[in-house]
Parts: sequence; structure tokens; C-alpha cells
Amino acid sequence: MIELKHVTKRYGAKCAVNDISFTINKGEVLGFLGRNGAGKSTTMNMITGYISASEGQILLDGMDVLEQPREVKRRIGYLPEQPPLYMDMTVEEYLKFVCDIKEVRKKSQKAHLDDLYNLVKITDVRHRLIKNLSKGYKQRVGVAQALVGNPDVVIMDEPTVGLDPKQIIEIRKLISGLGENHTVVLSSHILHEVADVCDRVVIINKGQIVAQDSLANLTHGIGEGIRMIVRVVGPEKPVTRLLRDVPGVKDVETMGVKETGSMDYLVESDAKTDVRRPLVNAVLAAGYSLLMLKPMDVTLEDIFLQLTSEEKGGY
Amino acid sequence: MLAVFKRELQSYFYSAIGYVFMGCFLVIAGIFFTFGNVIQASSSLGTLFSNITFIFILIVPILTMKLMSDERKSKTDQLLITSPLSLWSIVVGKFLAACAVFALTLVCTGVYVIILSAYGNVSAMEVFVNYLGFFLMGSCLIAIGLFISSTTENQVAAAITTFGAILFLYLLDSIIASMSSVTMLGWLCTALEWVSLFARFIDFSSGILSLTGVIYMISFAGIFLMLTVHTIEKRRWSEG
Repeated sequence: MIELKHVTKRYGAKCAVNDISFTINKGEVLGFLGRNGAGKSTTMNMITGYISASEGQILLDGMDVLEQPREVKRRIGYLPEQPPLYMDMTVEEYLKFVCDIKEVRKKSQKAHLDDLYNLVKITDVRHRLIKNLSKGYKQRVGVAQALVGNPDVVIMDEPTVGLDPKQIIEIRKLISGLGENHTVVLSSHILHEVADVCDRVVIINKGQIVAQDSLANLTHGIGEGIRMIVRVVGPEKPVTRLLRDVPGVKDVETMGVKETGSMDYLVESDAKTDVRRPLVNAVLAAGYSLLMLKPMDVTLEDIFLQLTSEEKGGY
Repeated sequence: MLAVFKRELQSYFYSAIGYVFMGCFLVIAGIFFTFGNVIQASSSLGTLFSNITFIFILIVPILTMKLMSDERKSKTDQLLITSPLSLWSIVVGKFLAACAVFALTLVCTGVYVIILSAYGNVSAMEVFVNYLGFFLMGSCLIAIGLFISSTTENQVAAAITTFGAILFLYLLDSIIASMSSVTMLGWLCTALEWVSLFARFIDFSSGILSLTGVIYMISFAGIFLMLTVHTIEKRRWSEG
């Protein structure tokens, strides 16, 4: 649906976005992940036509953002990092204005706005001045303006920044719901936010894409082994030696005392071998007590840190 | 365009700006009308308008300072630029809104015409030409202010620069006159005469409908609107 081909944006000597290419498929919720200053907002601003790319091409269903801006913009709803709100207007006046500039027919405006009020839950504040609303409500009004005209694509730049935990959960629920009828692109530097709502993730670092895949594939492909936490009652050194000797175990690390009288160990094993059974047998055979064995899933945090860490430096 | 026009016009009167503009204009114009027309028993509206052209130096910056700069500062330009609206319709919508406030203010001065026509002889054509010229000149200066506002996101900087630009245009005829004695600068005087907006108003204030003057002023405003669109467009491509 949206295709970025070798897109670059330069600001003087600095390359904010450097030769990125990726596709956003129809109907998916795509997470755009990166540290602050990685190039997320610049990319989103280019997709929405707010700024132009220095090089490359951005297409929406084959239409170039720069060559057919009107057609493309009509199909995109955009919530920038700072919601573009006119503080001197009431919510209703503002959204009517957005309806006008997005060419929503006068006849259907009222019904459309009523739907939006209900969807983002702002019915009770629609006659209030935007400047008097709380940050959470302002953000919801921002989401509502992005949805005006029922665009095919909704692009949101860090939609939960600055919200309290309850508001964050509500906005996330809303975004998940949007995924049913819209193609959604969501940028964030909060990992579990992306994990919660997105089907696919594009990770950007220093203006370059370092990974793009489904969450399942990313968490599966990363890390060379399986890790688990093992809690054993017994002397540290012999237990470490014992665990290390289990066939398939690559590394054992002491994690410290989490429960009195026992010790936690981080056991990393070969991905191909299931070491759980031999490990349990070995511990029990040696006369120690096993209190816990907990596999550790590779999280998005692991992937993110691995891909964006300074030492490994991207690609 | 109509949506931008309506929103901008509304915002003038949601804030104090619209009222301050109208208030300042009407107070100054009222003083000059009272002392220049009523007390001196003159029915010439052209003289009144000629005497108050300096008013633009003070009030146009009030009207135009936030037009584009505020959008950039509050990031609402992202909404406008990423909407299906063309840059021209955004710029023209804003320009027309500022012109509408000015026009509304001029409508209020219609009471002067009523007073003058009650006590003296007033030519309808002359009044029309006076108003047309004054409105066109104000619109040109609004276009300059709008352009300056698009170059910065600081309202105060926009206001001061607009003030300086209009002051320069106001003093331009005196500058040209003082330079004309230097033969070497003849070419510069000719060039400056081309941009002397206030000199073009003289015909209108005398009640002469000059088509050249009308075209000149419309073109003058058009060029600054084009520059405004160009400035916004250039920023989108900026790599600075």
C-alpha cells in the first residue's frame, strides 16, 4: 500500500534518514521503532508530504506523494508528535474545520463527527475550548483529527508520549481497534507499546533500517540460544559446574539470591537441544532441590538493544 | 480556502488582535476626521486617507504578525500542509481573512461618508475611488506582512520586521527625493520609484481611478503571496 524506495533526507551534513526502503501492507498495524532522533518523525513527515525527501520516492498505491499530493493526502490521516490543535477553538469547531479542509461533505459531517466523538470518547468535552483540556483529551482530539474523513492510512507519531498510564492503555486500545479498518503506522520508542499493538515492526537507528519483520520472526531469529532461569538449593560452585556439564548447555551465570536458601542461575543453551529434562535429572540426581525452571522469552527489548547498541552499530 | 479563511477570521475575533486593530485604526482615523474634516469643514475623504496612511506602519504588523509564524510555532502547519489543501489556498485564505478584517474596519468608517454627505457635497465616485485605493494599498501591505510572517516562527520578530518594511516604504518617496540630487544614483531612484507603493496612492486620493494603479497594486500583492507560497514550499525541501 505504501512503498518507500531508497528514501534519504539530509539536513546539511547530517543525514536524518539514509536510503531507507520498506513497504507498509494494506490493513496491517506497523510499528516504527527507534530511539529518539533515529529518524522516525522525519520519515513520517515525508510519508505524509509535510517535508520532501532529498532522494528516493514514496508511493501510496502507486501514486507519488510529491507528484499527486492531493490524492495521497486525502487518503492519509496524520497525528504528529505534537497534536496540531488550535487552542482558541472548541473541540467541535476544530473538528468541523478539519472536516472542511479534508473535504468531508457538509451533509455527512455531523454523523461522521458523532461517530468520532464516540470512538475517541470526547463527546462530553466537545463544547470545551481545546486549551482548557487535559493532555489526554488533547491527544484524543489529535487522534480524532487524524481519523476525519475516514482515511485508508492512519499515521501516528509517538501517540502516547506524555500520557498517564491509564490514558496510555486507552489510546493503545483505540489504536488496536483502528487496525481493523485502517492501515496504521505507529512510531514509538516504547517497546512494549509496539509489541502490544503491532503486527510488524520496522526498527530504525541513525537514519537506517536495522530490522523489519513480524514480531514473531524477530523474537525467534534473534539470540543464538534459549535462556532460562533455574532456581536451585545447593552450594553455588558445584551447582554451576553441574549445570554447565549438562549436554547442550552453553553458559551458566549466577544471578544472585532471590529466595532465601537458594540461588538463581541463568542457563543459556543451544537452540536445537531441549536441555530441560537432562538438567532437572542432573540436579535431582546430585541431591539438590530444584525450586524453579523458567524459560526466558527473547523480548523486543533484547532485539532493540542488540540492533541499536552503539557497539554493534546498526547494519 | 474558504475553511482557512473562516478559521482565520474567527481567530482574529477570538483573540484581541481583531479588536485592537479595529480600535487603533478607528481611534486614529476618528481624530483625523474630527480635526481635518469636521472642524475644518472639509468634505474631502481623499485628504483624510492621505493623512492617515502612516497608520499602516503601526497596525498592519498587528494584523499579520501571527498569520504564518504562529502556525509554525504551534505546529498546526502540519495539519494544513498534510491536508489536501494546496499551499496557495492556505496562503490566499489567510490573506483574504486579514483583508476582510481591514475591509470591515473600513466599513465602519462609512459613518464619515454619511456625516460628510449630510453637511457637504460628496461625489460617490470619488468616495469609491478613495476607498478602493486605500483598501488596495492596505492589502498590499498585508501581503508584505504575510510574507514576512512566513519567514519566521517568532511573532515579535515578524511584527518588527513588518514595521520596518512598511516604514521604509512610507519613507521611500522622501529617500528618493533626497537621492535625486546625486546624478550617479539616477538608476537607483528609478528602481525605487517602481516599488513606491505610497506614491501610487496619490492618484486614488485625488479621486482619479487609475487602472494602472489598480493593476500595480494587485500585482504587488500577488508577488508577495507568491513569495509566501515559495517560502513555505522551500522549507519543505530545506536541507539546512
